[in-house]
Amino acid sequence: MRQRIKAGVVSKWLENTGPDSEVVLSSRIRLARNLRNIPFPYLASDSQTAEVAKQVRGLLQEKPDVFADIHYYAVSELTPLERQALLERHLISPALLKEDHNSAVLLREDESLSIMINEEDHLRFQCLLPGLQLESAWKMADHYDNLFEEALDYAFDEQLGYLTVCPTNVGTGLRASVMVHLPALNLTKRLNRVLSAIAQVGLAVRGMYGEGSEITGNLVQISNQITLGQSDEDIIKNLFGVTKQIVEQELQARQILLNESRDQIADRVNRSFGILKHAHLMSSQEGMQLLSDVRLGIDLGLIEDKKGLALKELLVLQRPANLQLLTGKTLDVFERDRERAKLMRQYLA
Amino acid sequence: MLCQECQKRPATVHLTKIINNEKQVWHLCEQCAREKEEFNFDYPPFSLQSLLSGLLNMETQTEAQPVDYPTTKIQCDNCSLTYTQFRQIGRFGCSNCYTAFSDYLFPLLRRLHGSARHVGKIPKRADSTVQLRRNLENLRRKLQQLVEREEFEKAAQVRDEIRRLEKEVQNGGEDYEAKN
Repeated sequence: MRQRIKAGVVSKWLENTGPDSEVVLSSRIRLARNLRNIPFPYLASDSQTAEVAKQVRGLLQEKPDVFADIHYYAVSELTPLERQALLERHLISPALLKEDHNSAVLLREDESLSIMINEEDHLRFQCLLPGLQLESAWKMADHYDNLFEEALDYAFDEQLGYLTVCPTNVGTGLRASVMVHLPALNLTKRLNRVLSAIAQVGLAVRGMYGEGSEITGNLVQISNQITLGQSDEDIIKNLFGVTKQIVEQELQARQILLNESRDQIADRVNRSFGILKHAHLMSSQEGMQLLSDVRLGIDLGLIEDKKGLALKELLVLQRPANLQLLTGKTLDVFERDRERAKLMRQYLA
Repeated sequence: MLCQECQKRPATVHLTKIINNEKQVWHLCEQCAREKEEFNFDYPPFSLQSLLSGLLNMETQTEAQPVDYPTTKIQCDNCSLTYTQFRQIGRFGCSNCYTAFSDYLFPLLRRLHGSARHVGKIPKRADSTVQLRRNLENLRRKLQQLVEREEFEKAAQVRDEIRRLEKEVQNGGEDYEAKN
Protein backbone atom coordinates (compact mmCIF):
# COMPACT_ATOMS: atom_id res chain seq x y z
CA MET A 1 0.00 0.00 0.00
CA ARG A 2 2.78 2.41 0.97
CA GLN A 3 4.68 1.76 -2.25
CA ARG A 4 1.52 2.15 -4.29
CA ILE A 5 0.69 5.54 -2.79
CA LYS A 6 4.27 6.77 -3.20
CA ALA A 7 4.33 5.65 -6.81
CA GLY A 8 0.97 7.28 -7.53
CA VAL A 9 -0.71 3.95 -8.30
CA VAL A 10 -4.40 4.44 -7.66
CA SER A 11 -7.15 2.18 -6.37
CA LYS A 12 -9.11 -0.10 -8.66
CA TRP A 13 -12.16 2.20 -8.54
CA LEU A 14 -10.16 5.04 -10.09
CA GLU A 15 -9.44 3.09 -13.25
CA ASN A 16 -11.13 4.53 -16.28
CA THR A 17 -13.22 1.43 -16.94
CA GLY A 18 -16.54 -0.21 -16.13
CA PRO A 19 -20.09 0.01 -17.51
CA ASP A 20 -21.56 3.52 -17.90
CA SER A 21 -18.19 4.96 -16.89
CA GLU A 22 -18.86 8.21 -18.79
CA VAL A 23 -21.21 9.14 -15.95
CA VAL A 24 -20.71 6.62 -13.14
CA LEU A 25 -17.27 6.89 -11.57
CA SER A 26 -17.60 4.13 -9.03
CA SER A 27 -19.89 1.69 -7.25
CA ARG A 28 -19.54 0.83 -3.61
CA ILE A 29 -21.02 -1.80 -1.31
CA ARG A 30 -20.59 -1.59 2.44
CA LEU A 31 -21.64 -4.24 4.94
CA ALA A 32 -21.71 -3.57 8.69
CA ARG A 33 -21.22 -6.59 10.97
CA ASN A 34 -20.70 -7.05 14.68
CA LEU A 35 -19.72 -9.81 17.03
CA ARG A 36 -22.29 -11.10 19.47
CA ASN A 37 -22.28 -9.60 22.97
CA ILE A 38 -18.90 -7.84 22.70
CA PRO A 39 -19.62 -4.14 23.37
CA PHE A 40 -19.37 -1.99 20.26
CA PRO A 41 -15.97 -0.28 19.74
CA TYR A 42 -16.90 3.14 21.18
CA LEU A 43 -18.01 1.50 24.43
CA ALA A 44 -15.70 -1.51 24.58
CA SER A 45 -12.67 -1.82 26.79
CA ASP A 46 -9.20 -1.95 25.30
CA SER A 47 -9.02 -5.69 25.86
CA GLN A 48 -12.41 -6.23 24.19
CA THR A 49 -11.49 -4.39 20.97
CA ALA A 50 -8.12 -6.15 21.06
CA GLU A 51 -10.04 -9.42 21.18
CA VAL A 52 -11.99 -8.47 18.02
CA ALA A 53 -8.75 -7.61 16.22
CA LYS A 54 -7.18 -10.84 17.46
CA GLN A 55 -10.06 -12.94 16.14
CA VAL A 56 -9.73 -11.32 12.71
CA ARG A 57 -5.96 -11.84 12.60
CA GLY A 58 -6.51 -15.43 13.66
CA LEU A 59 -8.91 -15.95 10.78
CA LEU A 60 -6.40 -14.52 8.28
CA GLN A 61 -3.62 -16.74 9.62
CA GLU A 62 -5.85 -19.79 9.60
CA LYS A 63 -6.52 -19.50 5.86
CA PRO A 64 -3.41 -17.95 4.33
CA ASP A 65 -4.32 -19.17 0.82
CA VAL A 66 -7.79 -17.63 0.83
CA PHE A 67 -6.52 -14.29 2.13
CA ALA A 68 -3.21 -14.28 0.25
CA ASP A 69 -3.79 -10.90 -1.37
CA ILE A 70 -5.17 -9.24 1.77
CA HIS A 71 -2.90 -7.13 3.97
CA TYR A 72 -3.58 -6.18 7.56
CA TYR A 73 -2.66 -2.69 8.76
CA ALA A 74 -3.15 -1.70 12.38
CA VAL A 75 -4.26 1.92 12.36
CA SER A 76 -1.73 2.71 15.13
CA GLU A 77 1.06 1.75 12.70
CA LEU A 78 -0.11 4.19 10.05
CA THR A 79 1.13 7.78 10.09
CA PRO A 80 -1.53 10.53 10.19
CA LEU A 81 -0.65 11.33 6.57
CA GLU A 82 -1.11 7.72 5.48
CA ARG A 83 -4.49 7.56 7.21
CA GLN A 84 -5.52 10.76 5.46
CA ALA A 85 -4.34 9.33 2.13
CA LEU A 86 -6.43 6.19 2.67
CA LEU A 87 -9.43 8.38 3.47
CA GLU A 88 -8.90 10.33 0.24
CA ARG A 89 -8.81 6.99 -1.56
CA HIS A 90 -12.13 6.11 0.13
CA LEU A 91 -10.56 3.06 1.76
CA ILE A 92 -11.17 4.10 5.35
CA SER A 93 -13.76 6.36 6.98
CA PRO A 94 -13.17 9.63 8.83
CA ALA A 95 -13.81 7.72 12.08
CA LEU A 96 -10.45 5.95 11.72
CA LEU A 97 -8.50 9.21 11.35
CA LYS A 98 -8.56 10.06 15.02
CA GLU A 99 -10.14 7.34 17.03
CA ASP A 100 -8.23 4.18 17.54
CA HIS A 101 -9.92 1.34 19.38
CA ASN A 102 -7.37 -1.26 18.31
CA SER A 103 -8.63 -0.40 14.86
CA ALA A 104 -7.25 -1.87 11.69
CA VAL A 105 -7.86 -1.93 8.00
CA LEU A 106 -7.52 -4.94 5.72
CA LEU A 107 -6.75 -4.06 2.14
CA ARG A 108 -6.76 -6.16 -0.96
CA GLU A 109 -3.75 -5.45 -3.13
CA ASP A 110 -5.73 -3.69 -5.87
CA GLU A 111 -7.62 -1.70 -3.20
CA SER A 112 -10.99 -2.94 -4.47
CA LEU A 113 -11.71 -4.35 -1.00
CA SER A 114 -11.13 -2.83 2.40
CA ILE A 115 -12.33 -4.25 5.69
CA MET A 116 -12.30 -1.89 8.64
CA ILE A 117 -11.95 -3.44 12.07
CA ASN A 118 -13.22 -1.59 15.16
CA GLU A 119 -14.58 1.38 13.28
CA GLU A 120 -18.13 2.38 14.27
CA ASP A 121 -19.05 -1.30 14.00
CA HIS A 122 -16.71 -4.20 14.74
CA LEU A 123 -16.44 -5.02 11.05
CA ARG A 124 -17.15 -3.05 7.93
CA PHE A 125 -16.63 -4.67 4.55
CA GLN A 126 -16.32 -2.34 1.63
CA CYS A 127 -15.99 -3.12 -2.06
CA LEU A 128 -15.31 -0.38 -4.55
CA LEU A 129 -15.32 -0.90 -8.30
CA PRO A 130 -15.11 1.48 -11.26
CA GLY A 131 -18.26 2.25 -13.27
CA LEU A 132 -21.75 0.92 -12.55
CA GLN A 133 -20.94 -2.48 -11.05
CA LEU A 134 -23.09 -2.72 -7.94
CA GLU A 135 -23.86 -6.38 -8.56
CA SER A 136 -20.18 -7.38 -8.83
CA ALA A 137 -19.27 -5.30 -5.79
CA TRP A 138 -22.08 -6.96 -3.85
CA LYS A 139 -20.88 -10.43 -4.84
CA MET A 140 -17.38 -9.61 -3.68
CA ALA A 141 -18.54 -8.19 -0.32
CA ASP A 142 -20.90 -11.13 0.16
CA HIS A 143 -18.07 -13.57 -0.52
CA TYR A 144 -15.77 -12.10 2.13
CA ASP A 145 -18.67 -11.72 4.54
CA ASN A 146 -19.34 -15.46 4.21
CA LEU A 147 -15.67 -16.31 4.79
CA PHE A 148 -15.64 -14.25 7.98
CA GLU A 149 -18.94 -15.63 9.14
CA GLU A 150 -17.55 -19.17 9.10
CA ALA A 151 -15.12 -18.26 11.86
CA LEU A 152 -16.75 -15.38 13.77
CA ASP A 153 -19.90 -15.31 15.87
CA TYR A 154 -21.94 -12.56 14.20
CA ALA A 155 -24.66 -10.67 16.03
CA PHE A 156 -27.75 -11.64 14.05
CA ASP A 157 -31.38 -11.59 15.03
CA GLU A 158 -34.10 -13.40 13.12
CA GLN A 159 -36.48 -10.46 13.32
CA LEU A 160 -34.02 -7.56 12.98
CA GLY A 161 -31.20 -9.06 10.91
CA TYR A 162 -27.61 -7.96 11.44
CA LEU A 163 -27.36 -5.87 14.60
CA THR A 164 -25.40 -2.64 14.28
CA VAL A 165 -24.26 0.27 16.46
CA CYS A 166 -26.57 2.70 14.73
CA PRO A 167 -30.25 1.83 14.27
CA THR A 168 -30.05 3.28 10.74
CA ASN A 169 -27.89 0.32 9.63
CA VAL A 170 -29.70 -2.56 11.28
CA GLY A 171 -31.10 -5.33 9.08
CA THR A 172 -28.95 -5.88 6.03
CA GLY A 173 -26.18 -3.60 7.32
CA LEU A 174 -25.88 -2.73 3.65
CA ARG A 175 -25.09 0.64 2.21
CA ALA A 176 -24.89 0.60 -1.59
CA SER A 177 -23.72 3.76 -3.30
CA VAL A 178 -22.64 5.13 -6.64
CA MET A 179 -20.59 8.21 -7.42
CA VAL A 180 -21.83 10.01 -10.50
CA HIS A 181 -20.42 12.89 -12.53
CA LEU A 182 -23.26 15.24 -13.53
CA PRO A 183 -21.77 18.34 -15.16
CA ALA A 184 -24.39 18.74 -17.87
CA LEU A 185 -27.33 18.46 -15.46
CA ASN A 186 -25.64 21.14 -13.39
CA LEU A 187 -24.94 23.44 -16.36
CA THR A 188 -28.49 23.09 -17.65
CA LYS A 189 -29.82 23.89 -14.13
CA ARG A 190 -31.55 20.56 -13.75
CA LEU A 191 -29.35 19.08 -11.06
CA ASN A 192 -31.42 20.24 -8.09
CA ARG A 193 -34.57 18.89 -9.60
CA VAL A 194 -32.98 15.51 -10.21
CA LEU A 195 -31.45 15.43 -6.73
CA SER A 196 -34.71 16.21 -4.98
CA ALA A 197 -36.42 13.50 -7.01
CA ILE A 198 -33.75 11.08 -5.83
CA ALA A 199 -34.39 12.07 -2.22
CA GLN A 200 -38.09 11.43 -2.73
CA VAL A 201 -37.53 7.78 -3.61
CA GLY A 202 -35.75 7.24 -0.29
CA LEU A 203 -32.15 7.58 -1.49
CA ALA A 204 -29.57 9.88 0.05
CA VAL A 205 -27.47 12.39 -1.89
CA ARG A 206 -24.05 13.54 -0.70
CA GLY A 207 -20.79 15.05 -1.92
CA MET A 208 -17.72 13.03 -2.89
CA TYR A 209 -16.46 12.63 0.66
CA GLY A 210 -19.70 11.44 2.21
CA GLU A 211 -21.79 12.82 5.03
CA GLY A 212 -21.45 16.56 5.39
CA SER A 213 -19.21 17.05 2.36
CA GLU A 214 -20.17 19.56 -0.29
CA ILE A 215 -20.89 18.77 -3.88
CA THR A 216 -17.78 19.85 -5.78
CA GLY A 217 -16.57 18.98 -9.23
CA ASN A 218 -20.14 17.98 -10.12
CA LEU A 219 -19.60 14.72 -8.26
CA VAL A 220 -22.55 13.31 -6.36
CA GLN A 221 -22.83 10.21 -4.21
CA ILE A 222 -26.16 8.44 -4.12
CA SER A 223 -26.94 5.72 -1.61
CA ASN A 224 -29.77 3.77 0.00
CA GLN A 225 -31.07 4.88 3.39
CA ILE A 226 -33.25 1.96 4.32
CA THR A 227 -31.62 -1.22 5.56
CA LEU A 228 -34.56 -3.00 7.17
CA GLY A 229 -37.53 -4.55 5.39
CA GLN A 230 -35.82 -4.75 2.01
CA SER A 231 -33.60 -7.56 0.79
CA ASP A 232 -30.00 -6.88 -0.18
CA GLU A 233 -30.84 -7.66 -3.79
CA ASP A 234 -33.81 -5.26 -3.84
CA ILE A 235 -31.76 -2.43 -2.33
CA ILE A 236 -29.12 -2.91 -5.03
CA LYS A 237 -31.69 -3.25 -7.82
CA ASN A 238 -33.41 -0.03 -6.74
CA LEU A 239 -30.19 1.94 -6.72
CA PHE A 240 -29.17 0.40 -10.04
CA GLY A 241 -32.49 1.40 -11.60
CA VAL A 242 -32.32 4.96 -10.32
CA THR A 243 -28.69 5.29 -11.40
CA LYS A 244 -29.57 4.13 -14.91
CA GLN A 245 -32.20 6.87 -15.06
CA ILE A 246 -29.72 9.48 -13.89
CA VAL A 247 -27.19 8.34 -16.51
CA GLU A 248 -29.85 8.77 -19.17
CA GLN A 249 -30.82 12.23 -17.89
CA GLU A 250 -27.20 13.35 -17.81
CA LEU A 251 -26.52 12.05 -21.33
CA GLN A 252 -29.63 13.84 -22.59
CA ALA A 253 -28.49 17.07 -20.97
CA ARG A 254 -25.07 16.66 -22.60
CA GLN A 255 -26.74 16.27 -25.98
CA ILE A 256 -28.77 19.42 -25.36
CA LEU A 257 -25.60 21.31 -24.49
CA LEU A 258 -23.97 20.12 -27.71
CA ASN A 259 -26.98 21.00 -29.85
CA GLU A 260 -27.84 24.35 -28.34
CA SER A 261 -24.65 25.85 -26.97
CA ARG A 262 -21.80 24.05 -28.62
CA ASP A 263 -19.53 27.12 -28.86
CA GLN A 264 -20.07 28.20 -25.27
CA ILE A 265 -19.41 24.74 -23.94
CA ALA A 266 -16.38 24.22 -26.19
CA ASP A 267 -15.03 27.53 -24.96
CA ARG A 268 -15.58 26.66 -21.32
CA VAL A 269 -14.01 23.20 -21.34
CA ASN A 270 -11.03 24.30 -23.40
CA ARG A 271 -10.39 27.29 -21.13
CA SER A 272 -10.38 24.90 -18.19
CA PHE A 273 -8.05 22.60 -20.13
CA GLY A 274 -5.73 25.56 -20.71
CA ILE A 275 -5.65 26.47 -17.03
CA LEU A 276 -4.96 22.87 -16.00
CA LYS A 277 -2.11 22.65 -18.51
CA HIS A 278 -0.46 25.95 -17.65
CA ALA A 279 -1.35 27.15 -14.14
CA HIS A 280 1.38 27.31 -11.48
CA LEU A 281 -0.81 27.47 -8.37
CA MET A 282 -4.00 25.52 -7.82
CA SER A 283 -6.28 24.71 -4.88
CA SER A 284 -7.81 21.25 -4.73
CA GLN A 285 -11.26 22.78 -5.04
CA GLU A 286 -10.30 24.50 -8.30
CA GLY A 287 -8.60 21.30 -9.44
CA MET A 288 -11.83 19.35 -8.96
CA GLN A 289 -13.86 21.85 -10.97
CA LEU A 290 -11.35 22.04 -13.83
CA LEU A 291 -11.00 18.26 -14.00
CA SER A 292 -14.79 18.04 -14.20
CA ASP A 293 -14.85 20.49 -17.13
CA VAL A 294 -12.06 18.73 -19.01
CA ARG A 295 -13.62 15.35 -18.45
CA LEU A 296 -16.89 16.69 -19.89
CA GLY A 297 -14.96 18.12 -22.84
CA ILE A 298 -13.38 14.76 -23.57
CA ASP A 299 -16.70 12.92 -23.18
CA LEU A 300 -18.33 15.35 -25.62
CA GLY A 301 -15.47 15.11 -28.11
CA LEU A 302 -14.67 18.81 -27.70
CA ILE A 303 -11.21 18.11 -26.34
CA GLU A 304 -9.05 15.72 -28.26
CA ASP A 305 -7.84 12.96 -25.99
CA LYS A 306 -4.91 11.37 -27.77
CA LYS A 307 -3.43 9.64 -24.77
CA GLY A 308 -6.53 8.29 -23.02
CA LEU A 309 -6.10 10.74 -20.15
CA ALA A 310 -6.73 9.16 -16.80
CA LEU A 311 -8.33 12.23 -15.29
CA LYS A 312 -10.16 10.16 -12.74
CA GLU A 313 -7.01 9.27 -10.85
CA LEU A 314 -6.03 12.94 -10.63
CA LEU A 315 -9.14 13.48 -8.49
CA VAL A 316 -7.43 11.56 -5.71
CA LEU A 317 -3.75 12.18 -6.48
CA GLN A 318 -4.27 15.93 -6.20
CA ARG A 319 -5.72 15.67 -2.67
CA PRO A 320 -3.45 16.96 0.12
CA ALA A 321 -2.23 13.70 1.67
CA ASN A 322 -1.81 11.75 -1.56
CA LEU A 323 0.01 14.71 -3.06
CA GLN A 324 2.44 14.86 -0.16
CA LEU A 325 3.14 11.13 -0.18
CA LEU A 326 3.55 11.22 -3.95
CA THR A 327 6.08 14.07 -3.84
CA GLY A 328 7.70 12.63 -0.69
CA LYS A 329 7.63 16.01 1.03
CA THR A 330 5.66 17.63 3.84
CA LEU A 331 3.94 20.59 2.21
CA ASP A 332 2.06 23.57 3.59
CA VAL A 333 -1.02 24.88 1.84
CA PHE A 334 0.89 27.18 -0.52
CA GLU A 335 3.43 24.49 -1.43
CA ARG A 336 0.63 22.04 -2.06
CA ASP A 337 -1.04 24.45 -4.47
CA ARG A 338 2.28 24.72 -6.32
CA GLU A 339 2.91 20.95 -6.39
CA ARG A 340 -0.68 20.30 -7.42
CA ALA A 341 -0.39 22.64 -10.40
CA LYS A 342 2.88 20.93 -11.31
CA LEU A 343 1.24 17.51 -11.12
CA MET A 344 -1.51 18.65 -13.48
CA ARG A 345 0.95 20.18 -15.94
CA GLN A 346 3.08 17.05 -16.05
CA TYR A 347 0.04 14.84 -16.47
CA LEU A 348 -1.41 16.84 -19.34
CA ALA A 349 1.89 17.79 -21.03
CA MET B 1 -29.93 32.06 21.61
CA LEU B 2 -26.52 33.55 20.87
CA CYS B 3 -23.37 31.52 20.39
CA GLN B 4 -21.70 31.15 23.79
CA GLU B 5 -18.26 31.53 22.24
CA CYS B 6 -18.48 34.69 20.10
CA GLN B 7 -21.74 36.09 21.53
CA LYS B 8 -22.48 37.52 18.09
CA ARG B 9 -24.07 34.98 15.81
CA PRO B 10 -27.09 32.81 16.66
CA ALA B 11 -26.24 29.40 18.10
CA THR B 12 -27.19 26.73 15.61
CA VAL B 13 -24.98 23.88 16.81
CA HIS B 14 -26.06 22.25 20.05
CA LEU B 15 -23.90 19.53 21.40
CA THR B 16 -24.25 17.45 24.55
CA LYS B 17 -21.20 15.56 25.65
CA ILE B 18 -21.34 12.89 28.32
CA ILE B 19 -18.02 11.66 29.58
CA ASN B 20 -17.93 9.51 32.73
CA ASN B 21 -21.48 10.63 33.50
CA GLU B 22 -20.48 14.30 33.39
CA LYS B 23 -22.71 16.25 31.08
CA GLN B 24 -21.48 19.25 29.10
CA VAL B 25 -23.74 21.25 26.83
CA TRP B 26 -22.50 23.56 24.07
CA HIS B 27 -24.45 26.13 22.09
CA LEU B 28 -22.35 27.50 19.26
CA CYS B 29 -22.68 29.14 15.88
CA GLU B 30 -21.49 27.11 12.92
CA GLN B 31 -18.33 29.14 12.53
CA CYS B 32 -17.17 28.80 16.12
CA ALA B 33 -18.09 25.12 16.13
CA ARG B 34 -15.91 24.60 13.11
CA GLU B 35 -12.99 26.37 14.75
CA LYS B 36 -13.22 24.24 17.84
CA GLU B 37 -10.89 21.32 17.28
CA GLU B 38 -12.95 18.88 19.31
CA PHE B 39 -15.96 19.37 17.07
CA ASN B 40 -14.05 18.30 14.02
CA PHE B 41 -14.33 14.66 14.90
CA ASP B 42 -15.98 11.94 12.93
CA TYR B 43 -19.52 13.11 13.63
CA PRO B 44 -20.17 16.50 12.05
CA PRO B 45 -22.17 19.05 14.08
CA PHE B 46 -25.49 18.20 12.46
CA SER B 47 -25.01 14.54 12.95
CA LEU B 48 -27.17 11.60 12.23
CA GLN B 49 -27.00 10.80 15.93
CA SER B 50 -28.61 14.06 16.94
CA LEU B 51 -31.37 13.55 14.39
CA LEU B 52 -31.87 10.05 15.70
CA SER B 53 -32.20 11.09 19.29
CA GLY B 54 -34.74 13.62 17.99
CA LEU B 55 -36.71 10.76 16.49
CA LEU B 56 -36.37 8.77 19.67
CA ASN B 57 -37.66 11.64 21.75
CA MET B 58 -40.68 12.16 19.56
CA GLU B 59 -42.84 10.12 21.89
CA THR B 60 -42.40 12.64 24.65
CA GLN B 61 -42.81 15.58 22.34
CA THR B 62 -46.34 14.86 21.21
CA GLU B 63 -48.33 15.93 24.21
CA ALA B 64 -51.69 14.54 23.23
CA GLN B 65 -50.33 11.01 22.89
CA PRO B 66 -49.73 8.85 25.94
CA VAL B 67 -46.00 8.80 26.59
CA ASP B 68 -44.38 5.61 25.45
CA TYR B 69 -41.42 5.80 27.75
CA PRO B 70 -40.30 3.37 30.42
CA THR B 71 -40.85 4.61 33.96
CA THR B 72 -38.40 2.18 35.49
CA LYS B 73 -34.72 2.15 34.57
CA ILE B 74 -34.08 -0.10 31.62
CA GLN B 75 -30.53 -1.26 31.25
CA CYS B 76 -28.69 -3.72 29.05
CA ASP B 77 -27.33 -6.43 31.34
CA ASN B 78 -24.42 -7.10 28.99
CA CYS B 79 -22.89 -3.64 28.43
CA SER B 80 -24.77 -1.59 31.07
CA LEU B 81 -26.03 1.01 28.60
CA THR B 82 -29.37 2.39 29.79
CA TYR B 83 -32.30 3.13 27.53
CA THR B 84 -32.04 6.80 28.58
CA GLN B 85 -28.41 6.89 27.38
CA PHE B 86 -29.42 5.21 24.15
CA ARG B 87 -32.02 7.92 23.60
CA GLN B 88 -29.39 10.58 24.11
CA ILE B 89 -26.65 9.18 21.89
CA GLY B 90 -28.71 7.26 19.36
CA ARG B 91 -26.32 4.33 19.40
CA PHE B 92 -26.58 0.87 20.89
CA GLY B 93 -23.86 -0.39 23.22
CA CYS B 94 -23.78 -4.03 22.15
CA SER B 95 -25.89 -6.56 20.28
CA ASN B 96 -27.71 -7.47 23.48
CA CYS B 97 -29.13 -3.92 23.77
CA TYR B 98 -31.54 -4.83 20.99
CA THR B 99 -33.05 -7.47 23.28
CA ALA B 100 -32.91 -5.28 26.37
CA PHE B 101 -34.70 -2.35 24.69
CA SER B 102 -36.89 -4.45 22.40
CA ASP B 103 -40.17 -3.17 23.86
CA TYR B 104 -39.37 0.37 22.74
CA LEU B 105 -37.56 -0.15 19.45
CA PHE B 106 -40.43 -0.99 17.17
CA PRO B 107 -41.72 2.61 16.66
CA LEU B 108 -38.19 3.92 16.06
CA LEU B 109 -37.38 1.30 13.46
CA ARG B 110 -40.72 1.85 11.76
CA ARG B 111 -39.96 5.55 11.54
CA LEU B 112 -36.46 4.99 10.19
CA HIS B 113 -37.05 2.13 7.80
CA GLY B 114 -40.81 1.87 7.36
CA SER B 115 -40.47 -1.70 8.56
CA ALA B 116 -39.19 -3.61 11.54
CA ARG B 117 -38.65 -6.97 9.89
CA HIS B 118 -35.45 -8.17 8.26
CA VAL B 119 -35.93 -9.86 4.90
CA GLY B 120 -32.34 -9.81 3.64
CA LYS B 121 -29.35 -12.08 3.92
CA ILE B 122 -29.20 -14.70 6.67
CA PRO B 123 -25.87 -16.03 7.90
CA LYS B 124 -25.39 -19.64 6.89
CA ARG B 125 -24.50 -20.50 10.44
CA ALA B 126 -27.73 -19.10 11.83
CA ASP B 127 -30.17 -21.65 13.15
CA SER B 128 -31.45 -23.57 10.17
CA THR B 129 -35.04 -23.03 11.31
CA VAL B 130 -34.60 -19.33 10.49
CA GLN B 131 -33.96 -20.29 6.89
CA LEU B 132 -36.90 -22.70 7.00
CA ARG B 133 -39.31 -20.11 8.32
CA ARG B 134 -38.10 -17.64 5.71
CA ASN B 135 -38.73 -20.20 2.97
CA LEU B 136 -42.18 -20.80 4.39
CA GLU B 137 -43.01 -17.10 4.27
CA ASN B 138 -41.88 -16.90 0.65
CA LEU B 139 -43.95 -19.95 -0.27
CA ARG B 140 -47.07 -18.57 1.41
CA ARG B 141 -46.69 -15.38 -0.58
CA LYS B 142 -46.22 -17.40 -3.74
CA LEU B 143 -49.31 -19.47 -2.94
CA GLN B 144 -51.38 -16.33 -2.57
CA GLN B 145 -50.17 -15.01 -5.92
CA LEU B 146 -50.91 -18.31 -7.65
CA VAL B 147 -54.41 -18.41 -6.19
CA GLU B 148 -55.02 -14.84 -7.36
CA ARG B 149 -53.90 -15.81 -10.84
CA GLU B 150 -56.11 -18.93 -10.60
CA GLU B 151 -53.20 -21.27 -11.28
CA PHE B 152 -54.62 -23.90 -8.97
CA GLU B 153 -52.51 -26.84 -10.04
CA LYS B 154 -49.30 -25.05 -9.22
CA ALA B 155 -50.91 -23.67 -6.07
CA ALA B 156 -51.66 -27.19 -4.87
CA GLN B 157 -48.01 -28.15 -5.28
CA VAL B 158 -46.91 -25.12 -3.30
CA ARG B 159 -49.50 -25.92 -0.61
CA ASP B 160 -48.08 -29.43 -0.22
CA GLU B 161 -44.58 -28.03 0.04
CA ILE B 162 -45.76 -25.62 2.74
CA ARG B 163 -47.30 -28.48 4.73
CA ARG B 164 -44.06 -30.43 4.49
CA LEU B 165 -41.99 -27.47 5.70
CA GLU B 166 -44.40 -26.72 8.52
CA LYS B 167 -43.89 -30.22 9.80
CA GLU B 168 -40.13 -29.71 9.67
CA VAL B 169 -40.32 -26.49 11.61
CA GLN B 170 -42.16 -28.41 14.32
CA ASN B 171 -39.34 -30.96 14.31
CA GLY B 172 -36.90 -28.15 14.98
CA GLY B 173 -35.49 -28.01 11.49
CA GLU B 174 -33.40 -31.16 11.91
CA ASP B 175 -34.67 -32.84 8.77
CA TYR B 176 -34.00 -29.74 6.75
CA GLU B 177 -30.48 -29.44 8.01
CA ALA B 178 -29.80 -33.10 7.24
CA LYS B 179 -31.08 -32.74 3.70
CA ASN B 180 -29.32 -29.48 2.83
